[in-house]
Amino acid sequence: MTETPARPPTLEMRGITKRYPGVVANDHIDLDIRPGEIHALLGENGAGKSTLMNILYGLATPDEGDILMDGQPVTIHDPNDAIDRGISMVHQHFMLVPVLSVAENILLGDEPMANPIFLDRRASHDRIRELGNRFGFEVDPDAKVGSLSVGWQQRVEILKALYRKATILVLDEPTAVLTPQETREIFAVLRQLTSELGTSVIFISHKLYEVLEIADRITVIRRGKVVGQRVPAETNEEDLAELMVGRDVNLTADRGESKPTDVMLVAEDVKVNDDRGHEVVHGVSFEVRSGEIFGIAGVAGNGQDELVETVTGLRKTTGGRITLGGTSITTASPRDLHAMGLGFVPADRHRFGLVLSFPLTDNIVLNDYQSEPYSRGLVRNDDAIRTRTEACITEFDVRTPSTDVPAGTLSGGNQQKIVVAREFGRDLKLLVLDQPTRGLDVGSVEFIHSEVIKRRNAGTAILLVSAELDEVLELSDRIGVMYRGELVAVVDARTADKEEIGLLMATGGKISPEATKSMTAELEQAS
Amino acid sequence: MTAIEAKRRAEAPLLRRLLRLAAVPAVAVLGALIVGAIIISLSSMASGPLDLMLPLQAYGNMFEGAFGSVRGILFTIASATPLILGGMAVGLAFKAGLFNIGAQGQFLMGGIGSAAVGAWMAGAPAIAAIPIAILSGALLGAAWGFIPGALKAWTGAHEVVTTIMLNTIAGAIIGYLVTGPLEAPGFGFSRTGVLGNSELPAFEGTTIHLGVLIAFALVPVVWWLLWRSTLGFEIRTVGANPDAARYAGMHPALITILTMSLCGLLAGLAGAGQILGISHFMTPSYGTSIGFDSISIALLGRANPFGIMAAALVFGAMRAGSGLMQIEAGIPVEIIDVIQALILLFLATDVVIRRLLRIRAESAEPDELQTVTKSYGSGSPT
Repeated sequence: MTETPARPPTLEMRGITKRYPGVVANDHIDLDIRPGEIHALLGENGAGKSTLMNILYGLATPDEGDILMDGQPVTIHDPNDAIDRGISMVHQHFMLVPVLSVAENILLGDEPMANPIFLDRRASHDRIRELGNRFGFEVDPDAKVGSLSVGWQQRVEILKALYRKATILVLDEPTAVLTPQETREIFAVLRQLTSELGTSVIFISHKLYEVLEIADRITVIRRGKVVGQRVPAETNEEDLAELMVGRDVNLTADRGESKPTDVMLVAEDVKVNDDRGHEVVHGVSFEVRSGEIFGIAGVAGNGQDELVETVTGLRKTTGGRITLGGTSITTASPRDLHAMGLGFVPADRHRFGLVLSFPLTDNIVLNDYQSEPYSRGLVRNDDAIRTRTEACITEFDVRTPSTDVPAGTLSGGNQQKIVVAREFGRDLKLLVLDQPTRGLDVGSVEFIHSEVIKRRNAGTAILLVSAELDEVLELSDRIGVMYRGELVAVVDARTADKEEIGLLMATGGKISPEATKSMTAELEQAS
Repeated sequence: MTAIEAKRRAEAPLLRRLLRLAAVPAVAVLGALIVGAIIISLSSMASGPLDLMLPLQAYGNMFEGAFGSVRGILFTIASATPLILGGMAVGLAFKAGLFNIGAQGQFLMGGIGSAAVGAWMAGAPAIAAIPIAILSGALLGAAWGFIPGALKAWTGAHEVVTTIMLNTIAGAIIGYLVTGPLEAPGFGFSRTGVLGNSELPAFEGTTIHLGVLIAFALVPVVWWLLWRSTLGFEIRTVGANPDAARYAGMHPALITILTMSLCGLLAGLAGAGQILGISHFMTPSYGTSIGFDSISIALLGRANPFGIMAAALVFGAMRAGSGLMQIEAGIPVEIIDVIQALILLFLATDVVIRRLLRIRAESAEPDELQTVTKSYGSGSPT
């Protein structure tokens, strides 16, 4: 499939250059995508992948360079133009309307009319069904998208692209939210797409092993430039990581031996409701010792967020009790917990962790602003706040032009470093990490992981929640699996099996042994 | 906006930063004056041929009326006074992510509070009567701000809805009180009693009363509160990101109640100043649009106390100069309502102005307009 193509490349981007004030986001980037090829685009956050894809999708205009499709030069003015030319983009955050049905979402923006007034519902439904059947995902066109799992929502996005007869499908971090099983299923769909329809896929990811598994060719971008192109057979994870970051990278955190001591956090039969008042955590019990990392794995939306919010005082329990170092914290407020030595890196740094419009200084003291030396009584002490911010920036290597820029102007990795610097930078009893590296580049992940290990070795109890199974496996000493609001298993990380945990995440282990067996067989076959 | 750009902006000279901040409001005022000029020109056709010079004459008169004499300038300042306080009552709420449409009601309650207490203390020594009368108005205004704050915090009731309702209720209460329990005997019409010693002292022969000094003095105080105090940090954090505020251990519900009460206090002070310093009594249907103009002022001043002061002076000048304009150019004073409405319209098209001027938004800073536009229907119980 990757042999010299008879046809010209489906897409060729030549010498694409895009300058923003102070930065060259794309510096003479060349990229060619062959028909029916899965082409991975690899690069750290801020490397210029998004800019390049925005240019392809008509969201940005290049300062220099040409785009050729099937050998013909084209100008892409806006996303409609891109869609007309067969370019489809599946964003990391799905662009679906949850209250609309699958069919309505797919048709949105390109509604087939039976006559000038009415939609041609029947024909469109038939076509959606037919496409779904062909690629092995029978989806009910009338199902509400909001009721579908994340994995299925992604399929709806892909169906939408197929419906629009996409010849180039751009997938931005498509597996970030999927279980290993779902990932494999999506990969199967992508392979079928390329081989049967000749669709070209541009696959953006930072998971190196995935890229190696799915891609026909890999282009690595660093600081706006193409730094290398590889074929999976001739490369490995270390090589790719080095290309991406520009230096040697330690891919697996050297976690060493943990030396757990006293029990620090105890949760007993904790029950929690979600915002709508439905119970989503049904009596969960666990304990975390000082000096150990207890990881909770689970597909997003199985009650982990609510559990974390409860432990950190953001949400009330409806039953059970929680203690920290023997003291009940069941009804403690975030401020009480902060004073008791809780550090908390929330899952959504944009929602909880930072005030994006505020300067770094304000964000560094976000939960310490009321205590000495950052204020005395009502009066804030700007000098002390600035000194602390400067110290954090140095210690955690935050790349920022100054302490006074709004947090929202930093890259994701540097934003997270601000949160980590704030939460790690004091004496802690318990550290709660919820998706601490979501969306971060390899370099930042490496850094944050090593800081977490450092904290553990210093004797802090750590509760880690992550939808990235790899992260849980890599850091944790013990692993609990959450499924539909219950902790269905707790295993020792040293002996844990990735497949087994993946299955527990997907099914809760509550199906019959036979079914499990057949599923496992199926999975083995698939891989 | 990139971080580098953000840094360049943050470190630009003060004047540059001020210009950038003031660009959109300045264009809005200018645009409104130009469209206003067209309307004035067209209006000349009612009594003769189209007079293209009429707007220049009218604006010239207006300027002369507002700034042409010491008396004019003092009148401008006095007219700006309640708008400064009212503007801050709306602007402070914007900073907490709240849209306080209730400045009108809070102003009226402040007015009736000080009118009643002022009349009751008319015979007491001024040193006691004045502070108590002012404070009564301020506190009643604060209470009128507390109610929507508490409703929002405890039940999630949206402040836009509740403050509008409370405006109407305030008007009805005043109608009842001034024709009933608080009506002073011996006048040919319903009004509250004589203020006597509660009347605010004014500079000899001018409209510059004690309340004017209080209003201008409060501008830096409110600015300090917002930008230099921990309470202000809490208010701004709740406004910018209530979830992060909760995470940081703040209490968004309490901050909402406190902010609305402070807003009510400011608007109540405006009412107290107008009654004790200017009108000297309350009537059953006290005609004023100060509470509503305050919203325009807060938007024009970008919710910044100093910006609000500047915007209030612009509005005050128009008000002060409009009399001379009507006499000399024959343009009815109502034209300034038209111009003020146009200013608001131009501000609302902020995006268009930015594009015309090629200026980008300052930052991700949630601005006042966002609070206004997202305000209704999206408010979550805090």
